[in-house]
Amino acid sequence: MRFLKQFLPIVASAHGYEVDRVIYLIHILMFLLFIGWSVYFVVVLFKFRRKRNPKANYKGVHSHVSTVVEMGIVLFEAVILLGFSIPFWVKNVVALPRGGDVFEVRVNAEQFAWNIHYSGPDGIFGKTDWKFFDKQSNPMGLSPDDPAGIDDVTTINQLHLPVGKTALIYLTSRDVMHSFSLPVMRVKQDVIPGMRIPVWFTPIRKGSWEIACAQLCGLGHYRMRGFLTVHSLEEFKAWLLEQSASSGKDEKHDDFWN
Amino acid sequence: MNPHHDSHRMHVFRKYLFSIDHKVIGIQYGLTSLFFLLFGFSLMMLMRWQLAFPGTAIPFIGKFFGESRAPGGIMLPEFYNELGAMHGTIMVFLGVVPLGVGCFGNLLVPLQIGAPDMAFPKLNMASYWVFFLGGLTMLFSFILPGGAASSGWTSYPPLADIATIGQTVWLIGMVFLITSSLLGSINFITTVLQLRTEGLTFMRLPFFVWSQLVTAFLLLLAFPPLEAAGILQLMDRLAHTSFFLPSGLMISGEPLKGSGGGSVLLWQHLFWFLAHPEVYVILLPAMGIVAEIIANNIRKPLWGYTSMVYSVLFIGFMSFIVWAHHMFLTGMGTAMSSFFQATTMIISIPSVVILSCLFISLWGGSIRLNTAMLFALAFLPMFGMGGLTGLPLGLSVSDIHLHDTYYVIGHFHYVVAPGVIFALFAGIYHWFPKFTGRQMNEFLGKLHFWPSLLLMNAIFFPMLIQGLAGVSRRLYDGGLQYAHAQGVLSLNKVSSYSAWALAVAQLPFIFNFVFSIFKGKKVTSDNPWEATTLEWQTPTPPGHGNFETTPTVYRGPYEYSVPGASRDFTPQNEP
Repeated sequence: MRFLKQFLPIVASAHGYEVDRVIYLIHILMFLLFIGWSVYFVVVLFKFRRKRNPKANYKGVHSHVSTVVEMGIVLFEAVILLGFSIPFWVKNVVALPRGGDVFEVRVNAEQFAWNIHYSGPDGIFGKTDWKFFDKQSNPMGLSPDDPAGIDDVTTINQLHLPVGKTALIYLTSRDVMHSFSLPVMRVKQDVIPGMRIPVWFTPIRKGSWEIACAQLCGLGHYRMRGFLTVHSLEEFKAWLLEQSASSGKDEKHDDFWN
Repeated sequence: MNPHHDSHRMHVFRKYLFSIDHKVIGIQYGLTSLFFLLFGFSLMMLMRWQLAFPGTAIPFIGKFFGESRAPGGIMLPEFYNELGAMHGTIMVFLGVVPLGVGCFGNLLVPLQIGAPDMAFPKLNMASYWVFFLGGLTMLFSFILPGGAASSGWTSYPPLADIATIGQTVWLIGMVFLITSSLLGSINFITTVLQLRTEGLTFMRLPFFVWSQLVTAFLLLLAFPPLEAAGILQLMDRLAHTSFFLPSGLMISGEPLKGSGGGSVLLWQHLFWFLAHPEVYVILLPAMGIVAEIIANNIRKPLWGYTSMVYSVLFIGFMSFIVWAHHMFLTGMGTAMSSFFQATTMIISIPSVVILSCLFISLWGGSIRLNTAMLFALAFLPMFGMGGLTGLPLGLSVSDIHLHDTYYVIGHFHYVVAPGVIFALFAGIYHWFPKFTGRQMNEFLGKLHFWPSLLLMNAIFFPMLIQGLAGVSRRLYDGGLQYAHAQGVLSLNKVSSYSAWALAVAQLPFIFNFVFSIFKGKKVTSDNPWEATTLEWQTPTPPGHGNFETTPTVYRGPYEYSVPGASRDFTPQNEP
């Protein structure tokens, strides 16, 4: 399936290969059927065109090859569904990761930006409330009275993650629907106001990529682009400490990309 | 027997405008929906400029759109979204469906079952005029402040709840269109169940009639939930209810008045409960048309007619329980995602069966390649492409990568454009002589077919590649901002040039259609294609009341090349 691979983005997450495997498998079935039908089609149009075959045969085909083909399709689809698709959903979407290697981030989307919230060095998220909201200085509405929130880091459109650690991201939106898409991670999840939806993956490559909005969210949908940077663990810790130290002291936000 | 033989004395308004004759109503539906197809296509051609050359002025016509839409001829994102939402709405609800159901269904169902008219002629007329009002409402919405609806044809709240007034008018327009469909569907069901002529048992029905019967049930049962949802959204917008608005929404940093307690996903479930069956409302009449034309032009019976009938019934039933495959990424659990994946895989099987039967039917035929047949044959591989590309979207895992990308756009356009619309073209070329007494020009027909086939593929195949690369749909600049889109950005130009060329390729059709009405070659027989089904056993064009004597049916619909018969076709009503 090297042919198909050249069209897909690189894979930068642990589960990404499993997503690609299903894409490959189902495309094999599609190619086989399409090529098979096309060859048959061309042969039939040549063989049975009126000039060559002026008298039609009332009965036509006697054999039941088509039933065998149809059974084959059923079987192929059943194998992909039961062998790959459903187990993947159970293992990689529904079951949430636990344990020390999980790094939690919260994302609150708005027209047309991704507000990202890290718990900071203490690992505890500060309380948030809309009454503290300010678009520039406090986009998450962090409560100034909660000591857990003092070291929290918030960024706009800049998602930083450590490589090799499972990232668990809780997504919500404060206005309309968005969709959180990380093509290289094979991650896409609708971001729905009124719901808090987890999505998780383990980055396996360091690098800088994009967050795309995949759900029409208004006139700025096309420019609702965020950035994803995957660091080594040391680099990441340094970045987080630096952000945490500067948070609340001034209003400069991360200009990593520009 | 014919109660309407004094029709020539009817007032011209009664005869052509407020007619209750199913054929006149069918033609009214046909002309209206052809207009909307062209209009909806024009909206897309504008969008294709912005996609191919983002941020540059639209040549020649850009200056006519005004400061609020395209200052200096450069399209604004608001205008792009408006065009997108209205392209989808118009093509589906005012173009393809009314052509397949309103036009072909009306023209052919009573004739093919040997009936003098539809069961409720006045209801039929009401259905058209309510549809017409719906169309006018949609057109009118373009002149509102803020323009027409701009939240996608899917109108997902909260975006649609907070959109400009165009969305309100869109909802009102939809209520008209849904009402029209409901009136029509009751009529089709009653007509097929009650008015079949003597001897026309269910298993002798032409496949087209089966496809219309199943379609009518889909419309009848699937549209009411959307009508209810539309009215709830209308209330959210006008009466400040919050059926679809959860608590604590903030728009541009300001709390949204009245929001609270509602569910965003409620709309999606109600919407897709209609909109998936709607896919089959689009598709089934096209399959019916293709089956008729293929049977006629291979000069032999369809292979596996019985399997095709059971398949179409099964599709109709299954289409009600696949809807949430449009919602795999809304955070659904294993039970739901497994169920809807399984039903989606299952519904692919009867489609494969129908397609296989049509392919196998060709074997042993004496294939006549006229324009209608070319379009009908092209439907097979093109619908095949559309159907097959649906599989990776129907599996929740591959859908993670492909959902809301151009892959989806490529997929459903393969189904609808070179699939369904080609079938509709085939139908126009095929049945034109019956209703006008003249044939369309074959050379112009082929000049229409070959470039259209090539260009359709040049428009939609690149979209599949863009989708695999992960480019989101509905982007005003076609992905210009995104690094991951750069490698496939140039394909936007391929699609755009092909779309504009496709418009040119429709000129032979438009000319042929209009010219042939007045000056086309006159048919010398009531049955120029030597067909077996009942619509060809009428005068040309059939008068009000259709048949001169009520036909009696003695056999199945496709008795071609019967061994021992004197001719290669034996009409259903021949003793």
